[in-house]
Amino acid sequence: MTKQIHLAAHFPGVNNTTVWSDPASGSQIDFDSFRHLAQTAERGKFDFFFLAEGLRLREAKGRIHDLDVVGRPESLTVLSALAAVTTHLGLAATVNSTFNEPYEVARRLATLDHLSGGRAAWNVVTSFDAFTGENFRRGGFLAEADRYTRAKEFLQTARELWDSWASDAVAADPESGRFLRPGGVTSFRHQGRHFDISGLFNVPRGPQGHPVIIQAGDSDEGREFAASSADVIFSRHSKLEEGRAFYRDVKRRLAAYGRRPEELKILPAVTYVLGDTEAEAAERAAEIRRAQVSPQTAIYFLEAVWGRDLSGYDPDGPLPDVEPNLDEGVSKGHAAFRRDRGELVAKWRALAEEKNLSIRELAIEVSAPQTFIGTPRSVADEIDHFVQTDAADGFIFVPHLTPGGLDDLVDKVVPLLQEKGVFRTDYTGPTLRDHLGLAPRTPNRTEETS
Amino acid sequence: MTLHLAVALDGAGWHPAAWRAEGARPDRLFTPGYWAELVAEAERGLLDFVTFEDALGLQSSHLNEPDGRLDQVRGRLDAVLIASRVAPLTSRIGLVPTAGTTHTEPFHVAIGIASLDHISRGRAGWRPQVYGRPDHVAHFGRRSPFPPQDYSPDRDPVFGKHVLDLFAEATDAVEVVRRLWDSWEDDAEIRDVATGRFIDRDKLHYIDFRGEWFSVKGPSITPRSPQGQPLVTSLAHDTLPYEFAARSSDVVYVTPRDREDATAIVESVRAAEAAVGRTEPPLRIFADLVVFLDAHDAAGRKARLDDLDGAELDSDAHVFTGTPEELAGLLLEWREAGLEGFRLRPGVLPHDLAAITRGLVPALQNAGAFRTAYDTADLRGRLGLARPASRYAA
Repeated sequence: MTKQIHLAAHFPGVNNTTVWSDPASGSQIDFDSFRHLAQTAERGKFDFFFLAEGLRLREAKGRIHDLDVVGRPESLTVLSALAAVTTHLGLAATVNSTFNEPYEVARRLATLDHLSGGRAAWNVVTSFDAFTGENFRRGGFLAEADRYTRAKEFLQTARELWDSWASDAVAADPESGRFLRPGGVTSFRHQGRHFDISGLFNVPRGPQGHPVIIQAGDSDEGREFAASSADVIFSRHSKLEEGRAFYRDVKRRLAAYGRRPEELKILPAVTYVLGDTEAEAAERAAEIRRAQVSPQTAIYFLEAVWGRDLSGYDPDGPLPDVEPNLDEGVSKGHAAFRRDRGELVAKWRALAEEKNLSIRELAIEVSAPQTFIGTPRSVADEIDHFVQTDAADGFIFVPHLTPGGLDDLVDKVVPLLQEKGVFRTDYTGPTLRDHLGLAPRTPNRTEETS
Repeated sequence: MTLHLAVALDGAGWHPAAWRAEGARPDRLFTPGYWAELVAEAERGLLDFVTFEDALGLQSSHLNEPDGRLDQVRGRLDAVLIASRVAPLTSRIGLVPTAGTTHTEPFHVAIGIASLDHISRGRAGWRPQVYGRPDHVAHFGRRSPFPPQDYSPDRDPVFGKHVLDLFAEATDAVEVVRRLWDSWEDDAEIRDVATGRFIDRDKLHYIDFRGEWFSVKGPSITPRSPQGQPLVTSLAHDTLPYEFAARSSDVVYVTPRDREDATAIVESVRAAEAAVGRTEPPLRIFADLVVFLDAHDAAGRKARLDDLDGAELDSDAHVFTGTPEELAGLLLEWREAGLEGFRLRPGVLPHDLAAITRGLVPALQNAGAFRTAYDTADLRGRLGLARPASRYAA
């Protein structure tokens, strides 16, 4: 059977992949940029629009990292405003489970679900760094090993709060004088390792019951968490073979939780470049990568791996001859570079020698190439192939330009997918769960809970 | 000079039986259309701003525990998100949500309100509120139990250590939020291709706040917003909250019982400003009033709601029943006490809101006491407050 593709739009974020130097690059904070990208995604009948989060500005060498986009708004506040200027598009917020409390997060997500008519999604992330913790009451108290236990318990607690209101709890019946149905709101009590809370939740159950849950973990524990609890996986595996292996691995874990494979959608984050010919697309792709790796960014990349200040080196010259300092990290609040740096340095040196690359050329060479490069036709074919051969259920597109970075995808590629019959030509329901083909989450009515 | 007029939106209105009144739409309270229509109506009436109530627990007619009642509105949506939901649908009216200082992270409040200011292009405010209810503490499981609340006039001490602490913490929370709002200078984003720098990091500042309840490093993750400092407003009934307002707010809502009481309260607020050594522009003092407005027999309508609820409406603010013209007269009389404006709490929505925008506003305009068009686009400007430079700017 032909699988239907799911598509999502990621607002360009604070990584070097967002090209801010392009004359076509717009504001990263003005609401019009968010509106443009969201409305483009909705014009393309996308499943949802996605916002990432970072609660502390990244630092390099003890100072705020200034080479990439810096700054962003609060996700849920922007998504609630976008609910006013879109009608069907799902709205996904990344919300940290370390520096928040379940009661507040549950009520804000339920609120977004009400205010969007059932389009809310929550990307559950955890962080354990004391660095980010310095902005919060709680501080950086979490041990790395506790990341998933807290995230799991946080999500479980949020679900208990959402479930404490029956779907028909609000009677609002002036005749009988009953605003609430008897037994419609029950008190909650959660006693666990991370949370010990009780009382009454104060937001009625949202149109979707529970918002769509997104998870991005990639470790064994992360995959297990997703298999047990998530509706969507934000995956990093955007290469065909890797994607298939990840897909097989995660989907086979579902049965243990009594879930069917189609109840968890796997959506890798991907990038793309279009051209009228393959050669033109390849040329544009190379230009974009060059713009993504400025001379200063190239030096920064190497500093992050070398663990020392390399500002004296010429980005157009050869690789540093000094040895890496493996005890020191230069960047904070940055997810990359947690692998074995010694090995990486050796590999890069060999590569630079073999291809005679300067620092910047090497940095461009080792940065990830765009996932899909080609004509609209070849990109549409490739997207379809990925999905039909079970490397993914769809994709989260991360454009390199704000706010017009998805315009050509929506104008040129989406119609081809629709022509193939693998992507919707219109929304078939009002909620994000409808778009994703997910059942409303455990509808509970007063009769069943009281 | 024009009077300032705000409206406080909460549920179906401020009477507990408002949801049962004729014309009420209790089935729509949790839908976006309900809020969008109310705010559009307020904007049509050229009001300065609307406020949105909030709380981190279910409404209750008891001070310290849930009441189990099924016959009043229960449940509410997050106020910041309601404000943000209506922002793209309006263009002039100020949007002032409530967010607490007791359980909520000041960092989250700062970026939420700054984002609302970006989205609304300079129309955001914040009403910081101390959440003293002991029954809501268990929703967070983080703090030691709170003692019962006591508002009786002869309580002793008037403000115990617990209450003093909550207000001291609230003062710290507003200080953190305000510092975070200033932590990016206005021209921090430079996009300098030659040096590869998106920002001039010398124009971003750590706030390095250390206090008894929390420490916050900064800077904000959100660039400085159109107003720089969104409008901070707080409700106050006594010396301690007057002093909190004098330290932290731009606007204070007070609750005089009559014209004479208004004079006394204005004096107390000015005394509080002196006591804390306020250096900011003087507080804009607004009086709160609950209003039931009809051409005929508003008192009768209110009495019928009292009957439905089984008790006379109990309010911290003066309850007015009468015609819009009579209310206009009262506002003009009370303003002589030194009030800059009023925050009206409609008894029933949308009825009493429409009576404000379509009855009271024209009456005030006829008296030359209210604007006939919006002049400024941003909320601070409307209240005569300049856009401040960042405190960290050299």
